[in-house]
Amino acid sequence: MRNKTLRTNGMPWFLSLPSRAFKRGHTNKTAPADSTPWLLSLPALALFLGLLVVPLALTAILSFNAFDGMRGVQPGYTPGSYIEILSDGYYHELFLRTGAMSLGTTIICMAVGVPETLILAKMRPVWQGTFFVVILGPLLISVVVRTLGWSILLGRQGMVNSALLSLGVVDRPTQLMYTMTGVIIVLTHVLMPFMVIAVWTALQKLDTQVAHAARSLGAGPVTTFRRIILPQLMPGILSGAIIVFTLAASAFATPAIIGGRRVKVVTTAIYDEFLSSLNWPLGAAIAMLLLLGIVFVVVGSNRLVERRFKQVFT
Amino acid sequence: MSKLSLRGLSKTYGGSFQAVRCLDLDVESGEFLSLLGPSGCGKTTSLQMVAGFVPPTAGTIVVDGQDMTHIAPERRDMGVVFQSYALFPHMTVAQNIGFGLEMRKIKGAQLRDRVEGALAMVRLSGLESRYPRELSGGQRQRVAIARVLAIRPRVMLLDEPMSNLDAKLRSEMHVELRALQRRLGITTILVTHDQLEAMTMSDRIAVMANGCIAELGSPQEIYDTPTSEFAFRFLGQTNVITGRISSRNDGTASVLVGQTSFPAEIGRDHVGTDVKLFVRPERLRIGAADEGNVKGRVTTRLFLGGLWFYEIDTDIGQLRVTTPNQGAVQPTEGEIVGIRWNDGDLQIIAPEVAHA
Repeated sequence: MRNKTLRTNGMPWFLSLPSRAFKRGHTNKTAPADSTPWLLSLPALALFLGLLVVPLALTAILSFNAFDGMRGVQPGYTPGSYIEILSDGYYHELFLRTGAMSLGTTIICMAVGVPETLILAKMRPVWQGTFFVVILGPLLISVVVRTLGWSILLGRQGMVNSALLSLGVVDRPTQLMYTMTGVIIVLTHVLMPFMVIAVWTALQKLDTQVAHAARSLGAGPVTTFRRIILPQLMPGILSGAIIVFTLAASAFATPAIIGGRRVKVVTTAIYDEFLSSLNWPLGAAIAMLLLLGIVFVVVGSNRLVERRFKQVFT
Repeated sequence: MSKLSLRGLSKTYGGSFQAVRCLDLDVESGEFLSLLGPSGCGKTTSLQMVAGFVPPTAGTIVVDGQDMTHIAPERRDMGVVFQSYALFPHMTVAQNIGFGLEMRKIKGAQLRDRVEGALAMVRLSGLESRYPRELSGGQRQRVAIARVLAIRPRVMLLDEPMSNLDAKLRSEMHVELRALQRRLGITTILVTHDQLEAMTMSDRIAVMANGCIAELGSPQEIYDTPTSEFAFRFLGQTNVITGRISSRNDGTASVLVGQTSFPAEIGRDHVGTDVKLFVRPERLRIGAADEGNVKGRVTTRLFLGGLWFYEIDTDIGQLRVTTPNQGAVQPTEGEIVGIRWNDGDLQIIAPEVAHA
């Protein structure tokens, strides 16, 4: 049903244009007409180059600049910053902590987001609309307002602690502010919509009769979900997990406000190097390593899951 | 080999919409029964209730004396072939077919044998390790059938299984599936809106309209002697002629149509009542202008390959006529012809059931 030819044929015209232009270039001599697609994509290309590629390249160059505590950034090039990061246990811990935070957030988002989406899909249309707004809510509020709101909730006298105390779960207020737990709670809240949207999209593509087929062949509801539904949702869950992991690893405001000085992660360390220590090359080097780390994790997990669930992805 | 009984089965949605009303039906052991009807007549809802996907509002489903009404679909031992085939895209053909067997705790060599057996039945041997997306539409459909045959279900339910196949493949599958069903003796219910499909495959057909069975019988019975106007109009083509009862003598009456009167079997109607007469286009014969029961002018002549189709304006209204193409010279448009029929070909449907 969804074979390769169909997909290329079904591509929007603006995506298929350049390849058509190439093909024509071989057989036809009308060269000026061929530049039209490129001219049309020029504004977007300029934006992409100017706002992403150039700053990234500048950061990469900066990370190789020499640095002197007294005189600031020096003209020469040296891998000194990288050597400093790779040889210092402090930075290792920083990266491991960031990885743990992102992984924890991703796992909780998966564990909560998948059932949440399944329940959402079973609701009547009216309730579906309402709960979609509730779920997407965190994205509609400014990051600072939302995070400060959470810091009120999570404080020692906050609502979360008073609820836990009155329910008898704890005898004295638990420390949530300036802890990893607090950071993960808040990150999960704000990143959940991405998981829900990704799983929702995969769920919409599912043939509802497939579940019926499994039931009529003798599989109970649990087996049907585990063997039939879940494998088909894997592409959605994976793309949701990648988005959540990436955004969690590069989140700044939440770890800065909820984690504070005590839970220092890579992004807050970069901020400190740039604005407190003024060691720009070191900050740039940490940033480049964070980027590489995220790319590595995303590509690696993508490969792994894609191989495992090859048939669902095509 | 199982007998299926539906007693007073009904489904009401949202408190008011009656999708199925009081369905009473017995499917004999090894019988092939079709639920035939236009879309929205409740046939798919009926099938889903039998399969256990939709809980009935009232009524019972009994298989071999065992009440199945409130039993979960996975414990009903019914095999369903879906319109979309509903194959598991992440499993190979062999895994798809083996899934039902696995759920029945059949393992190892026995599982392999039964998967191979089912594949051989649908003539797909050798495709075990393919994935559904690597198969053609016809092959996917065969896998869906094999998946059901492998579990040897008590009842096989077919939900418009042929509607995604092209016409030629569809007619081949009709013959093949029918032969397979006969050989295995599986009690089968087919849901379809395709009357040709229902007629070629079924032992009996239940024509459904507005959530009820309007007509039940063998394909020939419901085509030749339907008891409702709905069935007459829904199955094949028909001519409707209005006449008036001019005289009657016990069961037989004379019906006046235009200037001529015809004898017809009649119910309780009185002399002077207007009645509708039904006649199939293939029962009318075209002859010379001065012979036959009525005379008319050919307004349309269409060539359909095996048949000629005519529309002829007569004193008793426009009549549609088909004649087999036997190579003879046919009347052309504008020609005056006579139309003949045998007395028994004109049928009257009693007005008290003609509203169905």
